Amino acid sequence: MELFKNTNFDFLGKKWPFIGLSLVLTAAGFISIGMKGMRYGIDFKGGAQMSLRFAQEPPVQQIRSALESKLPGEISVQQISGKPEVLIGTEIKDEKELNANRQLIDETLRGMFGGADGKFDLNNSSSTELADRLRGPLQQAGVPLSEQDLQDLCAAINGYRADHGGILRSADELSGVKGVTPKVIEVLKANVSFGPFTILSTEVVGPKIGDELRRQAVLATLYALGGMLVYIAFRFEWIYGVAAVVAVFHDTLITIGLFSLFNKPISLTVVAALLTLVGYSMNDTIVVFDRIRENLKMVRRESLENVINLSVNQTLSRTVLTSGLTLLTALALLLFGGDVLNGFSFALVAGIIVGTYSSVFVASPILVFWQNFRGTGKPAAAAPAPRETAGQRKAVRG
Amino acid sequence: MTSNTKIRLLIIVAVTLVCIYGLIRDPDTMGIPTSKQELVEHWRKNIRLGTDLKGGSNLVYQIEMQDAFKLEADTIIQRLRDELAKASIPFADITRNDPDFDHANSIQINIAGVPGTKAGDFRTIANDNFGSVWILTPVNETDYRMTMKASEALRVRSDTLSQTINTVEKKINGLGLAESSVQQRGESQILVTLPGVDDPARIKQILQTAAILELYEVQGGPFASREEAMQSKNGILPLSSQILGSGARAGTPNEFYILARTPVVTGRDLRDAKPTQNGQTGGWETNFVLTQDAAKRFEKFTGSHINDRLAIVLDKKVLSAPTIQAKISDNGVITNMGGHDAAADLALNLKAGSLPASLLNMEERSVGPSLGADSIRQGIVSGIAGVVAVVALMLIYYKRSGINATLALILNALILVAALSYFEAVLTLPGIAGIILTIGMAVDSNVLIFERIREELRAGKAVVAAVEAGFGKAFLTIIDTHVTTIVSCCFLFLFGTGPVKGFAVTLVIGLFANVFTAVFVSRTIFNWELGGQKRAVTLSI
Repeated sequence: MELFKNTNFDFLGKKWPFIGLSLVLTAAGFISIGMKGMRYGIDFKGGAQMSLRFAQEPPVQQIRSALESKLPGEISVQQISGKPEVLIGTEIKDEKELNANRQLIDETLRGMFGGADGKFDLNNSSSTELADRLRGPLQQAGVPLSEQDLQDLCAAINGYRADHGGILRSADELSGVKGVTPKVIEVLKANVSFGPFTILSTEVVGPKIGDELRRQAVLATLYALGGMLVYIAFRFEWIYGVAAVVAVFHDTLITIGLFSLFNKPISLTVVAALLTLVGYSMNDTIVVFDRIRENLKMVRRESLENVINLSVNQTLSRTVLTSGLTLLTALALLLFGGDVLNGFSFALVAGIIVGTYSSVFVASPILVFWQNFRGTGKPAAAAPAPRETAGQRKAVRG
Repeated sequence: MTSNTKIRLLIIVAVTLVCIYGLIRDPDTMGIPTSKQELVEHWRKNIRLGTDLKGGSNLVYQIEMQDAFKLEADTIIQRLRDELAKASIPFADITRNDPDFDHANSIQINIAGVPGTKAGDFRTIANDNFGSVWILTPVNETDYRMTMKASEALRVRSDTLSQTINTVEKKINGLGLAESSVQQRGESQILVTLPGVDDPARIKQILQTAAILELYEVQGGPFASREEAMQSKNGILPLSSQILGSGARAGTPNEFYILARTPVVTGRDLRDAKPTQNGQTGGWETNFVLTQDAAKRFEKFTGSHINDRLAIVLDKKVLSAPTIQAKISDNGVITNMGGHDAAADLALNLKAGSLPASLLNMEERSVGPSLGADSIRQGIVSGIAGVVAVVALMLIYYKRSGINATLALILNALILVAALSYFEAVLTLPGIAGIILTIGMAVDSNVLIFERIREELRAGKAVVAAVEAGFGKAFLTIIDTHVTTIVSCCFLFLFGTGPVKGFAVTLVIGLFANVFTAVFVSRTIFNWELGGQKRAVTLSI
């Protein structure tokens, strides 16, 4: 089976509409970022984010008003659509508030939903806490357990809870767990309550560290781009390096613009996705450039534009196939990957599409523009024909 | 089969075996599993999941370096006072400034009111004792300023950092938390990783308690207020004394004591501490044992101070001031600890020693076990869905050669995971991003090669020659794309923080594996398939 055979599309002849599209998208991204600003996740702006799962439909409004009465600043409480899960977000303006802020959320929730009898909430406890809590009562009830047994028992109970959505409703559910005897269940019933919610994750980030993370992520990426530019310049010509980096920059910008446009927050995982798309787009561009270099050596009479068109056509099936396959994986991630990976896979899907397109319609035209700029109408021999590498030269001589 | 192909196959089998061994061995004993249960156990130990995937907490603390600088200055001030007193040089006051975190290095000591006639003597004393690390500059005829030398400031910083990491490690190990770790992050931050702990409240409490224990001779008190204590000394506190309060605690009001300025025993003199239950009251207490050296001092002191009182001071608060009833040599007890946990935590803190500077919590990320389990499940489901789709398409599109690509892909994944196990690297969410890009590039390498072979076949080359040319020409492209990405990974690793680093590490490993599988392994399978025959006529591609 073959998708494309000896195609001969005039890609560069139709470059203007695409360059226009690129400019429009980039401008849209810029405008959106300028008007709406970037929506940073708490990773970068500082704040607390707590994700909760409830046994029933969560009382979102009630949680919001309870938190608003206790915490200053902007507070968001949203339900994740279609799930009994709630995301709480608060602002933190100073590191010193960090622990107090987190504790207040914790206490407010426990106050709202905690057992009135002051029992220990099993649905929100770690296994070490549980062990500390049960050590005495189990001893008193005459359950013979070594310290190791106790730790194992509590780890097993929490493991069972983790595998069953994090919320248990009564001690009887635990009857099948290793080490849980009827007597243990009795002790559990007397000492432990089963709250209606569980904390899935907590992230609290001070604004200072957020600033630092943002600066470092941007710096590391810029250095990485610089490194790639130098390597490509060394292997090809410097204009190839510039073209590749401009294309990658273009992709990143459009993707970030999309995040701003769709009001999606930029978190650390999204940064990881952006790095992935930089790598991906660069890979794609180099494949095309490589072919251009190879063809330039063989057909010296053709104009650069024709050589680029030929090269893009020759690599077309691989481009479509590779992009298609990777897009498929990214789509699988977007569809089945869950909420944690949503921002990540969104960036990947957008990045793969833009990244593939930019190799042809951004990176390649830059080479042509440069040639035209240097000397209009000169024969292709004066085109930026990539120099041979040292190894190749040696091979020729040998 | 040619001998060349045989050697290549041998290499591939050897690599595969080494990788499998890396995943099934016991990382501690290097033993091979003997039962299915052991296999699963080893596998879990070899695949080290980050806290974001399996549940647990990450805490980032800023070391408040200014504390260490202030402490350093306070020690110098105390010594300077002693030296000046010894040489009978009068002075009005010695103080230090109070720099914040960003200006910790600008610590300075101000000496005021040294008479002009004694200037020479003063300079000699200051320079002889502290000149190697502090710079003395005159402000006017009677006042001086001392600032810290840059080299000394560097030493203070690095000492504080290593001491903090050391102490925090002791505290965390004391809690018996398996697999936890303390790492330096940046110049003055530490990252505490606590796998399996999803509510680190207790640990945070322990880390933020300084736990400086000191025992002082009581010179007066208790008084109801600081003013009252001052009045008992007619408003002038002797230089060798200080006033400390007990802090208002449940049931007891804040009381003030006049204490000696230098402690009899400090936390550094402790050899051991442990929680014990009082035989009579049943209340929890923290017992501590002194080092031999300190015990001698303590014995001498208590022997000569029978019926005097001794204050037990923790973090500058008087916990209790019992009367010395008999000579005590090497142990003491802090009573009324409230409960087992409080007594145990204090014992732990005392044993670990005090932190050289306080810690400011900058970040906390805790993932509960159920979310971790969800992420892994969803990650695996989507990963499998993606891979199945890719493999299916490769098989349809490239027919039998698709098997080649699939084998190469599987081996690539195996090498990647095994390398992570050998390097004891931790797999986090950004790391998975790196794996996804690796797989994308692995697929791409295969596609590149296959398309090239097809082109050569279309151009009329014979099968064997087409395979050769296809690999040869695609090789340069593959090297270029991979090296470019590896170059960028180096920068990400050098300049990035945690998550960015994790991404770079997995990606680099994956790329090396990829060059091996796509170029070497896939080629070998082709060679093997074509069986060395020079005139193979068909190739399923």
